[in-house]
Amino acid sequence: MWQGGDTPGEDLAVITFEHVAKSYPDGTRAVEDFSAEVPVGSTTVLVGSSGCGKTTLLRMVNRMVQPSSGRVLLDGRDVASQDPVTLRRGIGYVMQSGGLLPHRRVLDNIATVPLLEGVSKKDAHGRALELMDLVGLDRSMARRYPHQLSGGQQQRVGVARALAADPAVLLMDEPFAAVDPLVRRDLQQWLLGLQGELGKTVLFITHDIAEALLLGDQILILAPGAQVAQRGTGEEILAQPANDFVRDFVGLAAGERVLHPSGSGDRTVLLDAQGRAVGVLGEPGQHR
Amino acid sequence: MSWTLDNLDVIGQLLGRHLLLSLPPIVLSLLLAIPLAWVATRVRVLRAMLVGGSALLYAIPSLPLFVILPLVLGTGIRSQWNIIVALTLYGVALMLPATVDALAQVNPRVLDAAQAMGYPSLSRFLAVELPLAGPTMLAGLRVVAVSTVSLVTVGAVLGVPSLGSLFTDGFQRGITEEIVVGLVLTMLLALVLDLLIAHLGRLLLPWSRPLRRGAVGQGAP
Repeated sequence: MWQGGDTPGEDLAVITFEHVAKSYPDGTRAVEDFSAEVPVGSTTVLVGSSGCGKTTLLRMVNRMVQPSSGRVLLDGRDVASQDPVTLRRGIGYVMQSGGLLPHRRVLDNIATVPLLEGVSKKDAHGRALELMDLVGLDRSMARRYPHQLSGGQQQRVGVARALAADPAVLLMDEPFAAVDPLVRRDLQQWLLGLQGELGKTVLFITHDIAEALLLGDQILILAPGAQVAQRGTGEEILAQPANDFVRDFVGLAAGERVLHPSGSGDRTVLLDAQGRAVGVLGEPGQHR
Repeated sequence: MSWTLDNLDVIGQLLGRHLLLSLPPIVLSLLLAIPLAWVATRVRVLRAMLVGGSALLYAIPSLPLFVILPLVLGTGIRSQWNIIVALTLYGVALMLPATVDALAQVNPRVLDAAQAMGYPSLSRFLAVELPLAGPTMLAGLRVVAVSTVSLVTVGAVLGVPSLGSLFTDGFQRGITEEIVVGLVLTMLLALVLDLLIAHLGRLLLPWSRPLRRGAVGQGAP
Protein backbone atom coordinates (compact mmCIF):
# COMPACT_ATOMS: atom_id res chain seq x y z
CA MET A 1 0.00 0.00 0.00
CA TRP A 2 2.99 2.24 0.34
CA GLN A 3 3.93 1.72 -3.27
CA GLY A 4 2.30 4.66 -4.93
CA GLY A 5 1.00 5.44 -8.38
CA ASP A 6 -0.65 3.08 -10.78
CA THR A 7 2.44 1.03 -11.53
CA PRO A 8 2.20 -2.16 -9.51
CA GLY A 9 5.32 -4.29 -9.42
CA GLU A 10 4.37 -6.94 -11.97
CA ASP A 11 3.68 -4.47 -14.77
CA LEU A 12 7.27 -3.41 -15.41
CA ALA A 13 9.35 -6.45 -15.98
CA VAL A 14 11.29 -6.77 -19.19
CA ILE A 15 13.52 -4.08 -20.59
CA THR A 16 13.86 -4.14 -24.37
CA PHE A 17 16.25 -1.98 -26.37
CA GLU A 18 15.17 -1.74 -30.01
CA HIS A 19 17.88 -0.35 -32.28
CA VAL A 20 18.59 2.57 -29.99
CA ALA A 21 21.19 5.12 -31.01
CA LYS A 22 22.37 8.31 -29.39
CA SER A 23 24.35 11.02 -31.09
CA TYR A 24 25.05 14.49 -29.79
CA PRO A 25 24.95 17.80 -31.70
CA ASP A 26 28.78 17.92 -31.75
CA GLY A 27 28.77 14.70 -33.77
CA THR A 28 29.75 12.29 -30.98
CA ARG A 29 27.98 8.99 -31.33
CA ALA A 30 27.68 7.52 -27.86
CA VAL A 31 25.52 4.61 -29.00
CA GLU A 32 25.50 3.36 -32.59
CA ASP A 33 22.80 0.73 -32.90
CA PHE A 34 22.02 -1.28 -29.81
CA SER A 35 19.42 -3.96 -29.29
CA ALA A 36 19.04 -6.18 -26.25
CA GLU A 37 16.58 -7.73 -23.86
CA VAL A 38 16.79 -7.86 -20.11
CA PRO A 39 14.73 -10.90 -19.08
CA VAL A 40 12.43 -10.88 -16.05
CA GLY A 41 13.97 -11.55 -12.68
CA SER A 42 17.52 -11.88 -13.88
CA THR A 43 20.64 -9.76 -13.86
CA THR A 44 22.02 -8.44 -17.12
CA VAL A 45 25.40 -6.76 -16.94
CA LEU A 46 26.64 -4.26 -19.49
CA VAL A 47 30.40 -4.27 -19.22
CA GLY A 48 32.83 -2.07 -21.09
CA SER A 49 35.51 0.56 -20.73
CA SER A 50 34.55 4.07 -19.76
CA GLY A 51 33.07 5.99 -22.65
CA CYS A 52 31.67 2.89 -24.36
CA GLY A 53 28.13 4.21 -23.97
CA LYS A 54 26.94 1.86 -21.24
CA THR A 55 25.79 4.61 -18.90
CA THR A 56 23.96 6.29 -21.77
CA LEU A 57 22.07 3.03 -22.36
CA LEU A 58 21.16 2.71 -18.70
CA ARG A 59 19.89 6.28 -18.54
CA MET A 60 17.67 5.71 -21.56
CA VAL A 61 15.59 3.29 -19.51
CA ASN A 62 14.41 5.94 -17.04
CA ARG A 63 14.44 8.73 -19.62
CA MET A 64 17.42 10.58 -18.18
CA VAL A 65 18.69 10.36 -21.78
CA GLN A 66 16.42 10.40 -24.83
CA PRO A 67 17.59 8.13 -27.67
CA SER A 68 18.16 9.85 -31.02
CA SER A 69 16.50 6.88 -32.69
CA GLY A 70 15.10 3.52 -31.68
CA ARG A 71 12.95 2.71 -28.66
CA VAL A 72 13.30 1.42 -25.15
CA LEU A 73 10.38 -0.67 -23.94
CA LEU A 74 9.48 -1.54 -20.39
CA ASP A 75 7.29 -4.61 -20.47
CA GLY A 76 6.33 -3.79 -24.02
CA ARG A 77 5.51 -0.12 -23.42
CA ASP A 78 7.67 2.56 -25.01
CA VAL A 79 9.17 4.60 -22.17
CA ALA A 80 8.98 7.72 -24.37
CA SER A 81 5.20 7.59 -24.04
CA GLN A 82 5.36 7.64 -20.24
CA ASP A 83 5.58 10.57 -17.88
CA PRO A 84 9.26 10.70 -16.86
CA VAL A 85 8.57 11.48 -13.20
CA THR A 86 6.09 8.60 -12.78
CA LEU A 87 8.37 6.30 -14.76
CA ARG A 88 11.40 7.09 -12.58
CA ARG A 89 9.50 6.54 -9.35
CA GLY A 90 8.67 3.05 -10.58
CA ILE A 91 12.30 2.14 -11.31
CA GLY A 92 14.96 1.62 -8.66
CA TYR A 93 18.19 3.45 -9.38
CA VAL A 94 21.48 2.88 -7.60
CA MET A 95 24.53 4.89 -8.45
CA GLN A 96 28.16 5.25 -7.44
CA SER A 97 28.62 6.34 -3.81
CA GLY A 98 24.91 5.73 -3.39
CA GLY A 99 24.08 9.18 -4.77
CA LEU A 100 22.47 9.89 -1.42
CA LEU A 101 21.01 13.26 -0.52
CA PRO A 102 23.63 14.67 1.89
CA HIS A 103 21.08 16.82 3.73
CA ARG A 104 18.67 14.00 4.54
CA ARG A 105 19.05 11.46 7.28
CA VAL A 106 19.44 7.80 6.34
CA LEU A 107 15.79 7.08 7.05
CA ASP A 108 14.57 9.96 4.89
CA ASN A 109 16.97 8.99 2.12
CA ILE A 110 15.57 5.48 2.03
CA ALA A 111 12.00 6.82 2.15
CA THR A 112 12.61 9.35 -0.66
CA VAL A 113 10.31 7.84 -3.28
CA PRO A 114 7.42 6.86 -0.98
CA LEU A 115 7.55 10.38 0.53
CA LEU A 116 7.49 11.90 -2.96
CA GLU A 117 4.50 9.71 -3.71
CA GLY A 118 2.68 11.20 -0.74
CA VAL A 119 2.92 8.22 1.62
CA SER A 120 2.61 9.37 5.24
CA LYS A 121 5.89 9.95 7.02
CA LYS A 122 5.03 7.31 9.59
CA ASP A 123 4.38 4.57 7.02
CA ALA A 124 7.33 5.56 4.87
CA HIS A 125 9.69 5.52 7.84
CA GLY A 126 8.31 2.22 9.08
CA ARG A 127 8.97 0.68 5.70
CA ALA A 128 12.42 2.30 5.57
CA LEU A 129 13.35 0.64 8.87
CA GLU A 130 12.32 -2.75 7.46
CA LEU A 131 14.51 -2.07 4.45
CA MET A 132 17.44 -1.24 6.73
CA ASP A 133 17.03 -4.74 8.19
CA LEU A 134 16.85 -6.22 4.69
CA VAL A 135 20.07 -4.58 3.51
CA GLY A 136 21.87 -5.35 6.76
CA LEU A 137 22.11 -1.89 8.29
CA ASP A 138 21.71 -1.43 12.00
CA ARG A 139 18.59 0.58 12.84
CA SER A 140 20.73 2.81 15.07
CA MET A 141 22.02 4.43 11.89
CA ALA A 142 18.58 5.66 10.86
CA ARG A 143 19.11 9.16 12.27
CA ARG A 144 22.57 9.66 10.79
CA TYR A 145 23.49 11.73 7.80
CA PRO A 146 25.15 10.00 4.83
CA HIS A 147 28.56 11.56 5.51
CA GLN A 148 28.52 9.85 8.89
CA LEU A 149 28.50 6.42 7.21
CA SER A 150 31.30 4.43 5.58
CA GLY A 151 31.34 3.98 1.81
CA GLY A 152 29.94 0.46 2.04
CA GLN A 153 27.14 1.54 4.37
CA GLN A 154 26.22 4.39 2.04
CA GLN A 155 26.00 1.89 -0.79
CA ARG A 156 23.61 -0.28 1.22
CA VAL A 157 21.47 2.78 1.92
CA GLY A 158 21.51 3.45 -1.84
CA VAL A 159 20.19 -0.06 -2.52
CA ALA A 160 17.58 0.24 0.23
CA ARG A 161 16.39 3.53 -1.27
CA ALA A 162 16.13 1.95 -4.71
CA LEU A 163 13.99 -0.85 -3.24
CA ALA A 164 11.71 1.43 -1.23
CA ALA A 165 8.90 1.62 -3.79
CA ASP A 166 9.25 -2.12 -4.49
CA PRO A 167 10.12 -1.62 -8.16
CA ALA A 168 10.28 -4.61 -10.50
CA VAL A 169 13.29 -3.10 -12.27
CA LEU A 170 16.59 -1.99 -10.75
CA LEU A 171 19.15 0.07 -12.63
CA MET A 172 22.61 -0.09 -11.10
CA ASP A 173 25.20 2.34 -12.42
CA GLU A 174 28.64 1.13 -11.27
CA PRO A 175 27.32 1.05 -7.72
CA PHE A 176 30.43 -0.46 -6.14
CA ALA A 177 33.11 1.36 -8.10
CA ALA A 178 33.96 3.84 -5.35
CA VAL A 179 34.42 1.44 -2.43
CA ASP A 180 37.65 -0.37 -1.61
CA PRO A 181 38.17 -3.87 -3.07
CA LEU A 182 37.46 -5.82 0.13
CA VAL A 183 34.21 -4.02 0.81
CA ARG A 184 33.32 -4.31 -2.87
CA ARG A 185 33.66 -8.08 -2.68
CA ASP A 186 31.41 -8.16 0.39
CA LEU A 187 28.83 -5.99 -1.31
CA GLN A 188 28.89 -8.12 -4.47
CA GLN A 189 28.29 -11.31 -2.48
CA TRP A 190 25.60 -9.56 -0.49
CA LEU A 191 23.89 -8.33 -3.67
CA LEU A 192 23.95 -11.86 -5.09
CA GLY A 193 22.20 -13.12 -1.98
CA LEU A 194 19.70 -10.29 -1.99
CA GLN A 195 18.92 -10.81 -5.67
CA GLY A 196 18.42 -14.52 -4.99
CA GLU A 197 15.79 -13.48 -2.46
CA LEU A 198 14.08 -10.67 -4.38
CA GLY A 199 14.40 -11.72 -8.03
CA LYS A 200 14.30 -8.22 -9.47
CA THR A 201 14.98 -7.48 -13.12
CA VAL A 202 18.40 -5.88 -12.83
CA LEU A 203 20.37 -3.95 -15.41
CA PHE A 204 23.86 -3.54 -14.00
CA ILE A 205 26.72 -1.52 -15.41
CA THR A 206 30.39 -1.99 -14.68
CA HIS A 207 33.83 -1.68 -16.23
CA ASP A 208 35.05 -4.60 -14.12
CA ILE A 209 34.85 -7.94 -15.94
CA ALA A 210 35.27 -9.88 -12.68
CA GLU A 211 32.20 -8.13 -11.29
CA ALA A 212 30.30 -8.87 -14.51
CA LEU A 213 31.22 -12.57 -14.38
CA LEU A 214 30.20 -12.76 -10.73
CA LEU A 215 26.84 -11.00 -10.94
CA GLY A 216 25.60 -11.41 -14.50
CA ASP A 217 23.12 -14.05 -15.62
CA GLN A 218 23.57 -12.44 -19.00
CA ILE A 219 26.66 -10.42 -19.88
CA LEU A 220 27.03 -7.99 -22.77
CA ILE A 221 30.57 -6.93 -23.53
CA LEU A 222 30.48 -3.53 -25.15
CA ALA A 223 32.98 -1.97 -27.51
CA PRO A 224 32.98 1.82 -28.09
CA GLY A 225 29.69 3.10 -29.45
CA ALA A 226 27.94 0.44 -27.34
CA GLN A 227 28.55 -2.14 -30.05
CA VAL A 228 27.99 -5.60 -28.63
CA ALA A 229 31.24 -7.52 -28.91
CA GLN A 230 29.65 -10.59 -27.37
CA ARG A 231 26.61 -11.52 -25.35
CA GLY A 232 26.05 -14.64 -23.31
CA THR A 233 26.57 -16.19 -19.91
CA GLY A 234 29.94 -15.86 -18.26
CA GLU A 235 30.59 -19.51 -19.06
CA GLU A 236 29.84 -19.04 -22.75
CA ILE A 237 32.04 -15.98 -22.98
CA LEU A 238 35.01 -17.63 -21.29
CA ALA A 239 34.55 -20.87 -23.24
CA GLN A 240 34.12 -19.25 -26.62
CA PRO A 241 35.25 -15.65 -26.76
CA ALA A 242 33.84 -14.22 -29.98
CA ASN A 243 36.89 -12.25 -31.05
CA ASP A 244 40.20 -10.73 -29.98
CA PHE A 245 38.49 -7.75 -28.39
CA VAL A 246 36.60 -10.06 -26.03
CA ARG A 247 39.64 -12.28 -25.41
CA ASP A 248 41.59 -9.17 -24.51
CA PHE A 249 38.81 -7.66 -22.40
CA VAL A 250 38.18 -10.73 -20.27
CA GLY A 251 41.91 -11.25 -19.78
CA LEU A 252 42.22 -14.47 -21.78
CA ALA A 253 44.67 -12.90 -24.22
CA ALA A 254 47.11 -12.01 -21.45
CA GLY A 255 46.53 -15.38 -19.82
CA GLU A 256 45.20 -13.76 -16.61
CA ARG A 257 42.19 -16.01 -16.54
CA VAL A 258 43.88 -19.19 -17.76
CA LEU A 259 44.47 -21.85 -15.11
CA HIS A 260 46.79 -24.78 -15.70
CA PRO A 261 46.16 -28.18 -14.14
CA SER A 262 49.06 -29.70 -12.32
CA GLY A 263 48.56 -33.40 -11.73
CA SER A 264 50.42 -34.22 -8.57
CA GLY A 265 48.79 -36.51 -6.02
CA ASP A 266 45.07 -37.38 -5.77
CA ARG A 267 43.71 -34.04 -6.85
CA THR A 268 44.36 -31.79 -9.78
CA VAL A 269 45.84 -28.51 -8.57
CA LEU A 270 45.16 -25.45 -10.69
CA LEU A 271 47.95 -22.95 -11.28
CA ASP A 272 47.55 -19.44 -12.60
CA ALA A 273 49.62 -17.79 -15.34
CA GLN A 274 52.46 -17.15 -12.90
CA GLY A 275 52.43 -20.75 -11.74
CA ARG A 276 50.87 -19.96 -8.34
CA ALA A 277 48.44 -22.52 -6.96
CA VAL A 278 44.95 -20.99 -6.82
CA GLY A 279 42.76 -24.02 -6.18
CA VAL A 280 41.94 -27.60 -6.99
CA LEU A 281 39.76 -29.07 -9.74
CA GLY A 282 36.39 -30.23 -8.41
CA GLU A 283 34.05 -32.91 -9.71
CA PRO A 284 31.94 -31.87 -12.73
CA GLY A 285 28.46 -30.60 -11.87
CA GLN A 286 29.23 -29.89 -8.23
CA HIS A 287 29.25 -26.11 -8.47
CA ARG A 288 26.48 -24.08 -6.89
CA MET B 1 28.72 58.81 29.84
CA SER B 2 26.44 61.66 30.92
CA TRP B 3 25.22 62.35 27.35
CA THR B 4 24.40 58.70 26.87
CA LEU B 5 22.50 58.41 30.14
CA ASP B 6 20.53 61.56 29.42
CA ASN B 7 19.54 60.35 25.94
CA LEU B 8 18.84 56.65 26.46
CA ASP B 9 15.29 56.93 25.08
CA VAL B 10 16.51 58.67 21.89
CA ILE B 11 19.27 56.09 21.44
CA GLY B 12 16.78 53.27 21.95
CA GLN B 13 14.40 54.79 19.40
CA LEU B 14 17.17 55.22 16.83
CA LEU B 15 18.37 51.66 17.43
CA GLY B 16 14.84 50.40 16.79
CA ARG B 17 14.49 52.44 13.60
CA HIS B 18 17.89 51.26 12.45
CA LEU B 19 16.82 47.67 12.91
CA LEU B 20 13.53 48.27 11.08
CA LEU B 21 15.42 49.83 8.17
CA SER B 22 17.94 46.97 8.06
CA LEU B 23 15.73 43.89 8.21
CA PRO B 24 13.59 44.38 5.06
CA PRO B 25 16.58 44.79 2.70
CA ILE B 26 18.29 41.71 4.19
CA VAL B 27 15.21 39.52 3.81
CA LEU B 28 14.31 40.96 0.38
CA SER B 29 17.86 40.43 -0.92
CA LEU B 30 17.63 36.77 -0.06
CA LEU B 31 14.14 36.35 -1.52
CA LEU B 32 15.01 38.17 -4.76
CA ALA B 33 18.41 36.53 -5.21
CA ILE B 34 16.97 33.00 -5.23
CA PRO B 35 14.76 33.25 -8.35
CA LEU B 36 17.33 35.45 -10.11
CA ALA B 37 20.06 32.89 -9.39
CA TRP B 38 17.75 30.11 -10.59
CA VAL B 39 17.46 31.91 -13.92
CA ALA B 40 21.19 32.71 -14.01
CA THR B 41 22.23 29.09 -13.48
CA ARG B 42 19.94 27.88 -16.27
CA VAL B 43 20.44 30.51 -18.96
CA ARG B 44 24.11 31.00 -19.76
CA VAL B 45 23.71 34.44 -21.38
CA LEU B 46 21.70 35.79 -18.47
CA ARG B 47 24.23 34.47 -15.98
CA ALA B 48 26.98 36.74 -17.34
CA MET B 49 24.56 39.68 -17.50
CA LEU B 50 23.16 39.22 -14.00
CA VAL B 51 26.46 38.57 -12.27
CA GLY B 52 28.20 41.37 -14.16
CA GLY B 53 25.26 43.68 -13.52
CA SER B 54 25.47 42.93 -9.80
CA ALA B 55 29.08 44.06 -9.64
CA LEU B 56 28.18 47.22 -11.51
CA LEU B 57 25.20 47.87 -9.25
CA TYR B 58 27.34 47.53 -6.16
CA ALA B 59 29.79 50.07 -7.61
CA ILE B 60 27.17 52.87 -7.57
CA PRO B 61 28.03 55.19 -4.66
CA SER B 62 25.30 55.12 -2.06
CA LEU B 63 24.73 58.84 -1.55
CA PRO B 64 23.88 59.62 -5.20
CA LEU B 65 21.67 56.51 -5.27
CA PHE B 66 19.74 57.76 -2.23
CA VAL B 67 19.29 61.08 -4.04
CA ILE B 68 18.26 59.61 -7.40
CA LEU B 69 15.86 56.96 -6.06
CA PRO B 70 13.16 59.42 -4.86
CA LEU B 71 13.01 60.78 -8.42
CA VAL B 72 12.64 57.28 -9.84
CA LEU B 73 10.24 55.98 -7.20
CA GLY B 74 8.30 59.22 -6.76
CA THR B 75 8.85 59.12 -3.01
CA GLY B 76 9.87 62.04 -0.83
CA ILE B 77 13.59 62.47 -0.22
CA ARG B 78 13.11 61.62 3.46
CA SER B 79 11.01 58.52 2.85
CA GLN B 80 12.40 55.36 4.41
CA TRP B 81 11.45 53.52 1.21
CA ASN B 82 14.43 55.11 -0.54
CA ILE B 83 16.73 53.50 2.00
CA ILE B 84 14.98 50.14 1.86
CA VAL B 85 14.98 50.01 -1.95
CA ALA B 86 18.58 51.21 -2.26
CA LEU B 87 19.87 48.75 0.31
CA THR B 88 17.86 45.93 -1.25
CA LEU B 89 19.60 46.71 -4.55
CA TYR B 90 22.99 46.55 -2.84
CA GLY B 91 21.93 43.42 -0.99
CA VAL B 92 20.89 41.67 -4.20
CA ALA B 93 24.13 42.80 -5.81
CA LEU B 94 25.99 40.88 -3.09
CA MET B 95 23.57 38.01 -2.65
CA LEU B 96 22.99 37.12 -6.30
CA PRO B 97 26.60 36.21 -7.18
CA ALA B 98 26.90 34.37 -3.85
CA THR B 99 23.76 32.35 -4.62
CA VAL B 100 24.88 31.61 -8.18
CA ASP B 101 28.20 30.33 -6.83
CA ALA B 102 26.43 28.35 -4.13
CA LEU B 103 24.16 26.63 -6.66
CA ALA B 104 27.09 25.92 -8.97
CA GLN B 105 28.89 24.14 -6.12
CA VAL B 106 26.11 21.62 -5.54
CA ASN B 107 27.35 18.15 -6.48
CA PRO B 108 25.79 17.34 -9.88
CA ARG B 109 25.67 13.63 -9.01
CA VAL B 110 23.30 14.37 -6.16
CA LEU B 111 21.02 16.33 -8.49
CA ASP B 112 21.26 13.47 -10.94
CA ALA B 113 20.24 11.02 -8.25
CA ALA B 114 17.33 13.23 -7.22
CA GLN B 115 16.13 13.34 -10.81
CA ALA B 116 16.44 9.57 -11.11
CA MET B 117 14.37 9.17 -7.92
CA GLY B 118 11.57 11.06 -9.64
CA TYR B 119 11.78 14.56 -8.20
CA PRO B 120 9.88 16.98 -10.44
CA SER B 121 12.25 19.79 -11.41
CA LEU B 122 10.77 22.52 -9.20
CA SER B 123 10.75 20.38 -6.08
CA ARG B 124 14.24 19.18 -6.92
CA PHE B 125 15.33 22.83 -6.88
CA LEU B 126 13.50 23.68 -3.66
CA ALA B 127 14.06 20.46 -1.72
CA VAL B 128 17.52 19.43 -2.90
CA GLU B 129 19.47 22.07 -4.80
CA LEU B 130 18.59 25.07 -2.62
CA PRO B 131 19.22 23.42 0.76
CA LEU B 132 22.55 22.06 -0.48
CA ALA B 133 23.49 25.57 -1.60
CA GLY B 134 22.43 26.79 1.86
CA PRO B 135 25.77 26.89 3.69
CA THR B 136 27.45 28.98 0.97
CA MET B 137 24.38 31.21 0.66
CA LEU B 138 24.43 31.71 4.40
CA ALA B 139 27.97 33.10 4.22
CA GLY B 140 26.73 35.56 1.57
CA LEU B 141 23.73 36.57 3.65
CA ARG B 142 25.94 37.36 6.64
CA VAL B 143 27.93 39.79 4.50
CA VAL B 144 24.67 41.33 3.27
CA ALA B 145 23.46 41.78 6.86
CA VAL B 146 26.62 43.50 8.07
CA SER B 147 26.88 45.65 4.97
CA THR B 148 23.22 46.68 5.21
CA VAL B 149 23.42 47.68 8.87
CA SER B 150 26.45 49.78 8.06
CA LEU B 151 24.90 51.44 4.99
CA VAL B 152 21.67 52.38 6.78
CA THR B 153 23.67 55.09 8.57
CA VAL B 154 24.16 56.98 5.28
CA GLY B 155 20.42 57.70 5.27
CA ALA B 156 20.94 60.00 8.24
CA VAL B 157 22.58 62.52 5.92
CA LEU B 158 19.26 62.74 4.05
CA GLY B 159 17.28 63.00 7.23
CA VAL B 160 16.07 59.40 7.57
CA PRO B 161 16.69 58.71 11.26
CA SER B 162 18.84 55.77 12.31
CA LEU B 163 21.93 55.26 14.49
CA GLY B 164 23.63 57.32 11.76
CA SER B 165 21.76 60.32 13.12
CA LEU B 166 24.03 60.10 16.15
CA PHE B 167 27.03 60.79 13.87
CA THR B 168 25.45 63.73 12.05
CA ASP B 169 24.06 65.23 15.22
CA GLY B 170 27.27 64.60 17.11
CA PHE B 171 29.34 66.29 14.41
CA GLN B 172 27.06 69.32 14.22
CA ARG B 173 26.99 69.80 17.97
CA GLY B 174 30.54 68.69 18.66
CA ILE B 175 29.59 65.82 21.00
CA THR B 176 32.25 63.13 20.58
CA GLU B 177 30.50 60.73 22.93
CA GLU B 178 27.39 60.78 20.72
CA ILE B 179 29.48 59.86 17.65
CA VAL B 180 31.21 57.02 19.49
CA VAL B 181 27.90 55.64 20.78
CA GLY B 182 26.48 55.69 17.24
CA LEU B 183 29.55 53.92 15.91
CA VAL B 184 29.69 51.26 18.62
CA LEU B 185 25.96 50.51 18.49
CA THR B 186 26.02 50.18 14.69
CA MET B 187 28.85 47.69 14.90
CA LEU B 188 27.17 45.82 17.74
CA LEU B 189 23.91 45.61 15.81
CA ALA B 190 25.78 44.27 12.79
CA LEU B 191 27.54 41.71 14.95
CA VAL B 192 24.33 40.56 16.62
CA LEU B 193 22.50 40.14 13.30
CA ASP B 194 25.49 38.29 11.87
CA LEU B 195 25.55 35.84 14.78
CA LEU B 196 21.78 35.47 14.68
CA ILE B 197 21.85 34.52 10.99
CA ALA B 198 24.74 32.13 11.56
CA HIS B 199 22.80 30.47 14.38
CA LEU B 200 19.58 30.32 12.38
CA GLY B 201 21.57 28.72 9.58
CA ARG B 202 22.86 26.00 11.88
CA LEU B 203 19.30 25.30 13.00
CA LEU B 204 17.96 25.15 9.45
CA LEU B 205 20.92 23.25 7.98
CA PRO B 206 21.71 20.73 10.73
CA TRP B 207 23.45 18.37 8.31
CA SER B 208 26.11 20.94 7.50
CA ARG B 209 27.50 20.89 11.02
CA PRO B 210 31.00 19.50 11.23
CA LEU B 211 30.76 15.78 11.66
CA ARG B 212 31.19 14.22 15.04
CA ARG B 213 34.34 12.21 15.35
CA GLY B 214 33.95 8.50 15.89
CA ALA B 215 30.53 8.40 14.27
CA VAL B 216 31.86 7.08 10.98
CA GLY B 217 32.02 3.57 9.75
CA GLN B 218 30.77 1.42 12.60
CA GLY B 219 29.11 -1.90 11.93
CA ALA B 220 28.62 -3.68 8.62
CA PRO B 221 30.45 -2.43 5.53
